[in-house]
Amino acid sequence: MTRITDILGLEALREEILKHRSKDRTILRTCISTGCKAQKSLKVVEALKAAIKEQGLEEKVEIKKTGCHGFCEMGPIMVIEPENIFYRKVKPRDVEEILSTLNGSGGVVERLLWKDPVTKELTTYERELPLYKKQDKNVTYRSGKIDPADIEDYIASGGYSALAKALNSMKPSEVMDAVIASGLRGRGGGGFSTGVKWRICSSAPGDIKYIIANGDEGDPGAFMDRSLMEGDPHSIVEGMVITAYAIGASQGFIYVREEYPIAIEHLSLAIIKAEEYGLLGQDIMGTGFNFKVQINKGAGAFVCGEETSLMISIEGRSGTPRSRPPYPAIEGLWGKPTIINNVETLGNVPIIISKGDDAYAALGTDGSKGTKVFSLVGKVQNTGLIEVEMGTTRREIIFGIGGGIRNGKHFKAVQTGGASGGCMPIAKVDMPVDYDSLREAGAIMGSGGMIVMDETSCMVDVARYFIDFLMFESCGKCVPCREGLKQMHHIFENICEGHGEEGDIETLTGLARFMSTTSLCGLGSTAPNPVLSTIRHFRHEYESHIYDRKCRAGVCKNLFDYLIDSELCNGCGLCRVKCPEKAVAGEKKKPHIIDNSKCIKCGICFNSCKFEAILVK
Amino acid sequence: MTMDFQAIDQILDKYGYRHTDIIGILQDAQSIENYLPEDSLHYISEKMEISLTRIFDIVTFYKAFSLMPRGKYIIRVCCGTACHLGGAQQNLDQLNRLLQIKDGETTDDRTFSLETVNCLGACALAPVVAVDEDYHEAVNAGKIGKMLSNYQEEE
Repeated sequence: MTRITDILGLEALREEILKHRSKDRTILRTCISTGCKAQKSLKVVEALKAAIKEQGLEEKVEIKKTGCHGFCEMGPIMVIEPENIFYRKVKPRDVEEILSTLNGSGGVVERLLWKDPVTKELTTYERELPLYKKQDKNVTYRSGKIDPADIEDYIASGGYSALAKALNSMKPSEVMDAVIASGLRGRGGGGFSTGVKWRICSSAPGDIKYIIANGDEGDPGAFMDRSLMEGDPHSIVEGMVITAYAIGASQGFIYVREEYPIAIEHLSLAIIKAEEYGLLGQDIMGTGFNFKVQINKGAGAFVCGEETSLMISIEGRSGTPRSRPPYPAIEGLWGKPTIINNVETLGNVPIIISKGDDAYAALGTDGSKGTKVFSLVGKVQNTGLIEVEMGTTRREIIFGIGGGIRNGKHFKAVQTGGASGGCMPIAKVDMPVDYDSLREAGAIMGSGGMIVMDETSCMVDVARYFIDFLMFESCGKCVPCREGLKQMHHIFENICEGHGEEGDIETLTGLARFMSTTSLCGLGSTAPNPVLSTIRHFRHEYESHIYDRKCRAGVCKNLFDYLIDSELCNGCGLCRVKCPEKAVAGEKKKPHIIDNSKCIKCGICFNSCKFEAILVK
Repeated sequence: MTMDFQAIDQILDKYGYRHTDIIGILQDAQSIENYLPEDSLHYISEKMEISLTRIFDIVTFYKAFSLMPRGKYIIRVCCGTACHLGGAQQNLDQLNRLLQIKDGETTDDRTFSLETVNCLGACALAPVVAVDEDYHEAVNAGKIGKMLSNYQEEE
C-alpha cells in the first residue's frame, strides 16, 4: 500500500498498478450487487473460485466481483473480458462449461446468451444488447466494470485524477465556476443549479461548513443511487472531496438507507481505503487540505430524504422538516452552512472536472445538461438501470432501450418522479425527459424512477397506492399534509371499494390544490401530483370506478370478478388445484367455473393459467 | 429477560457516548436481540444522560426500530411501486392468511415476523419478498406456501 504524498504520486501509482496487470488474462466480471446477489451470484463466484483452483487457471483467469451492470432482471450477470461476452442467468452448474470455452478453443455457451423475447435472436456481446447500446454511460460507466472494493481498480480507471487536477491547478472558486458553467443541476429531483448552491454556501459567513451526500433513496421503484453507491463508491467520495475543496468544508456525511447494506459496506470500505491512500482525511495528497467523511444510516423514514429532515436526523433527533428559508446552504447542520447533494449529483462532479465544463455541457438540452440515470421497471420488456442523455424522449427509453411492453400487452402509463411524481399517458411519451419539460407536464424529474404500466394496472389504485404510502410516511408536523393525505386516503378507499360518490373527483382536486400550496415541505406539497396527474389523464378510470362500480384492470377487488372463458379453458385443472379457497370447480378436460361467492381474488388462478382463459369482468 | 448490558456498553464506548450518534447507537443496540427491550432503553438513557422521552421519540418515529420481540425469520414484503404493480398486496394477503398474522406482528411460535418495506431497491426483480437476507424474486401468491415451508423445514 502506498500513501500518496504529493499530486504527482497519484499518476505514479496509476502507472505502477497498470504495469503489474497482466494483459493476457481473461477477466470474468461477475455482478454481486443487490439484484444479482438476490439471484445467488455469490454462489456462482464460489463455484468459479473452486473450479479455477482445481483446474490450475489462477494465472490465466481472474474473477472480478463488480457492482451493477444494469440488466438486473437477467442476473446473475457475467461478462467475459476481453471480448465482453455477456452471459445472463448464470448458475453454479454453468461454471465448468464457461471455463472450458476459455482454454483457447473459443466458442461461447449459447444457452447463457441473451435471447430477444420477440425475435428470438441471440446476442453475444455486451455492447450489442438493446438495453445497453442506446445508452450514454457517464456516471455509471465504471459500475459493473471495476471491483468497488478495490481502490486500485478505481485509480487504474482514472479515478481521483479529477481531485488531483482540482487541487493542483484550480482555485476553489474556479471549481465552482466550472460546475456552474457545466449546467449541472441537482439529480435528487429539485433541479437547482449545483454550482450556484455551492457558491451561496461558500460565501455564507462562518468557518465551519459541512457537506452531506444524500443517499437516502426512499422513492419506491428507484434504485439508481443504490447501484451507484454499490458499484462505484469512490466516485461519490471523490465528488465529495472536490466539493469540500470548492466550498471550504472539512467534514462530510453520507446518509444512506439502512435497507441498502451492500451500499453501506462498499462506502465504508471506500472511506477507509481513501484515507489509507492519502486521498481523504488529513493532508490530502500532501496539499495540506483536510476533509473527513462519516456514514450515517437512515432508520426507515421516507421524509428524511427531504434535506431539512435529513439534517435533523444526522443531529440525532427524529427527522421532521422545518420551513425554508433559511436554506441549508446558509444555515444547515448544527446551524452551519451545509451543502446537501444527491449522490448521483456528486458522481457527476469528477466528470465535469476531468472532461471540462464545455465537454460536459455538450450533452443534454438547453436547460438540462449531461446525462441522467433512471431505473426502468414495471411492465417493460427489459428492466434495469439505464443512463441516457438529458432530453431523450420517453418513447426512446421505453420502446427503444426497454424493448416495449412485455407479454404482448399495451402501454398505459409511465410514472416518474417517485412517490410525488406523475403518471403520463401515451400522448406524452414523445416529450423529452428534462427538468423543464417534465414540470410543464405536471410531473417532476424526481430522482429517476421510471415505472411502466400496462392495461393490468389500475390508475386509481396507483394514485391510492402513492397516497397511502405518503400518508404513512408523513411526519405529521404540518396540518395540510397530515390531514389532507388522510382525507384523500378515505376518499380513495371508498372509490376502490365501490362506495365512490359523485363529487369525489372534485373534492380530491380541491384537497390537492390546497396541499400543494400550503404544506411545509416537499413531501406534502408534491404529494398531490399522483392524484392530479391521474385525474387529468385517466379521468375515465375514476368515473368507471365511481359510476359503473367497475375496475377494468382487475385490481380493485370489489369491482371485478374473475370469469373462465369456456372456449379458452381446456380443463387442465391447474387453477382448481391451486385455488386456496376451493372456488374453482370442473371436470378434467372440461371447462371449469369459478364460484364468485367463494373467490377471494387472490389472483393465483389468473397468474397460473397458461391459456389466458381467466378473464377480468 | 436479562439484558446484555455489556454489549450495550461496548456500543456506547464505540460511539464515545456522543449524543448526536444516538440513532446509530440504537441501531446497533437493536442488532443484539433484533428488537429494543425496554430495559435497554432505560439503560442507554441513564448512561448517556439523554431523556427517555427523546429516546422514545426516536424509536417510535423511525420505522426500523421495534419495541416488540421479533421472530427468528423476518419476512419483509417489498411494497415499492414496481412490486405493488406486480401484486405485492396479494402476496401480503396470502402471508396474512397462511401465518395468521398482520403486518408488524410475529407468529406465536416466534418463527416469523411479517413486515412491509417501502422499497428494497431490487425493482427489476419485482415483486420481491425478503426473508432475512434472502431475496425471493417474482413472487406470486401461489409460491408463498412453498417459500415458507423451506424455512419451517430448517427448524
